[in-house]
Amino acid sequence: MLPETLQENELAAALAAVYPAAIIDGVLAHGELTLHLEPGDILTVLEFFKRQQQFERLSTVTAVDRYPMEPRFELVYHLQSVARNLRIRLKASVSDEISSATAVYAAANWYEREVFDLFGVVFKGHPNPKRIMMPDDWEGHPLRRDFPTHGFKYTYGEQK
Amino acid sequence: MSEIITDPELHHEPEARSSRRMTLNMGPQHPSTHGVLRVVLEIDGEFIEKATPEIGYLHTGIEKQCEALNWQQIITLTDRVDYLANLSNNLCYSLAVEKLLGLEIPPKAQWLRVLLTELTRINSHLVWLGTHALDMGAMTMFFLTFREREDLLRIFEMFSGQRLMTSYIRPGGLALDPPRGWEKPVKAFLADFPNKIDEYETLLNNNPIWLRRTKGIGILPVEEMLEIGITGPLIRAAGIPMDARKMTPYSSYEKFDFNVPTATENDVFARYSVRMRELRESLKIIQQALDGLPEGPIRADAHRVVLPEREKMKTQMEALIYHFKIVTEGIAVPEGEVYQVVESPRGELGYYIVSDGSAKPLRVHMRTPSFANLQGLPNLVEKRQISDAIAIMGSLDFVLGDCDR
Repeated sequence: MLPETLQENELAAALAAVYPAAIIDGVLAHGELTLHLEPGDILTVLEFFKRQQQFERLSTVTAVDRYPMEPRFELVYHLQSVARNLRIRLKASVSDEISSATAVYAAANWYEREVFDLFGVVFKGHPNPKRIMMPDDWEGHPLRRDFPTHGFKYTYGEQK
Repeated sequence: MSEIITDPELHHEPEARSSRRMTLNMGPQHPSTHGVLRVVLEIDGEFIEKATPEIGYLHTGIEKQCEALNWQQIITLTDRVDYLANLSNNLCYSLAVEKLLGLEIPPKAQWLRVLLTELTRINSHLVWLGTHALDMGAMTMFFLTFREREDLLRIFEMFSGQRLMTSYIRPGGLALDPPRGWEKPVKAFLADFPNKIDEYETLLNNNPIWLRRTKGIGILPVEEMLEIGITGPLIRAAGIPMDARKMTPYSSYEKFDFNVPTATENDVFARYSVRMRELRESLKIIQQALDGLPEGPIRADAHRVVLPEREKMKTQMEALIYHFKIVTEGIAVPEGEVYQVVESPRGELGYYIVSDGSAKPLRVHMRTPSFANLQGLPNLVEKRQISDAIAIMGSLDFVLGDCDR
């Protein structure tokens, strides 16, 4: 449901007119529009913004780990419309997997690999679901809140 | 001389090609990869069939480290993200935190921020020009650009005490008052540098080898560039005047008069000429910042989040208490999230910061231009010659620290 405060907002209202069920919540803070979406509808909404609202480019895809909340991962998509000079932030909360946005925006490719690598979120339908930053044989996902910041995994002389 | 054969289909039969394929590792220690980038090339003779960039060799976990540090301590990490444009990174992070805090920055600090980030742009473009030309065999350029870069590094050292890791722009303003007489070297640089740009252009603009290796090379349709997320001088050389300084002005950029250079050829030479014109535009901005520099404080008046002046801290009890609290406890940034964009020398630099109201951020994500621009490398180099790949990689102007973070 689109909150009362955003009824006047052109972008939010345009989305609510077509896909009212996709919106869970929305907020306009610091001049930035954020829409919280149903994770199942993320591709439809990205498609809508790209094709019908002239958001030509995807700036970035990232995640926020809200551990120990459930669902813990918040996927964050930043879109930009160069023609209209607008930006929008879309969010979807998932616990482990979501559809890959690469079919809509090619730019999502490396960003989703990064999120998979560092958070362990699986992107369904990703063309190359491999680690990008960490070594291929790395265990764990470093940007999770329960992954330690300091210290070694093994001590010297200790075998795995 | 005039036709360069670029289509491998013209030369080899398809069945013969399969046995001629070879895999070649370019990097991670190849000089033209400018850092530790590894590109796995599948080549057929001199032609690249497939290119796979492998990144992550310089991944230092800066985003993870940010979650363990105070809001003020992170500024030193932002220097190390893009070590050629450290002040742009300082500025972007500071602007994001200030947006969350709702701070109003005094005009003098804003003007100095503009001046310093434009000097950073020149610095970064000089390194790009020197190494790009060096890759193509024009060795003299490297010595010339590093000669001028030395002047810039001295200016940074004069301001902050550091040549590279300046940490000069902080949330709330600037770290220090500029030293007495700081205008003199900046003015000397401004007077001298236009001639130096002419000198570079004399060496390159009519150089037949430079022209043959850059003109008509590395063309990609504009729609595809937007789709991949390429920004900065690359997209401007493709005809789109996309520049955060004009589109979403920050730090009073709207009060400065400058143009956004664009070109339509979309090749390596167009990217070179756009960057050369950006050097001159940056000089214009620096001149305006010098001429119109307002008087006043260099830090915002917010005692709970900005460190007091040294003099006050030594003489006033209250200032000492706030100083102690800020240093020991850190500052509490209100809950919320922002995505702040600045135009770094390489393109769109964005900091996405989430705060949960505590003294440490919940998440700091850096949308770095090198990462997105490198993603387009396979599209740019495939079906082209290996020597063209060197020119194209130079024109991308990536910094691996910026890419891997």
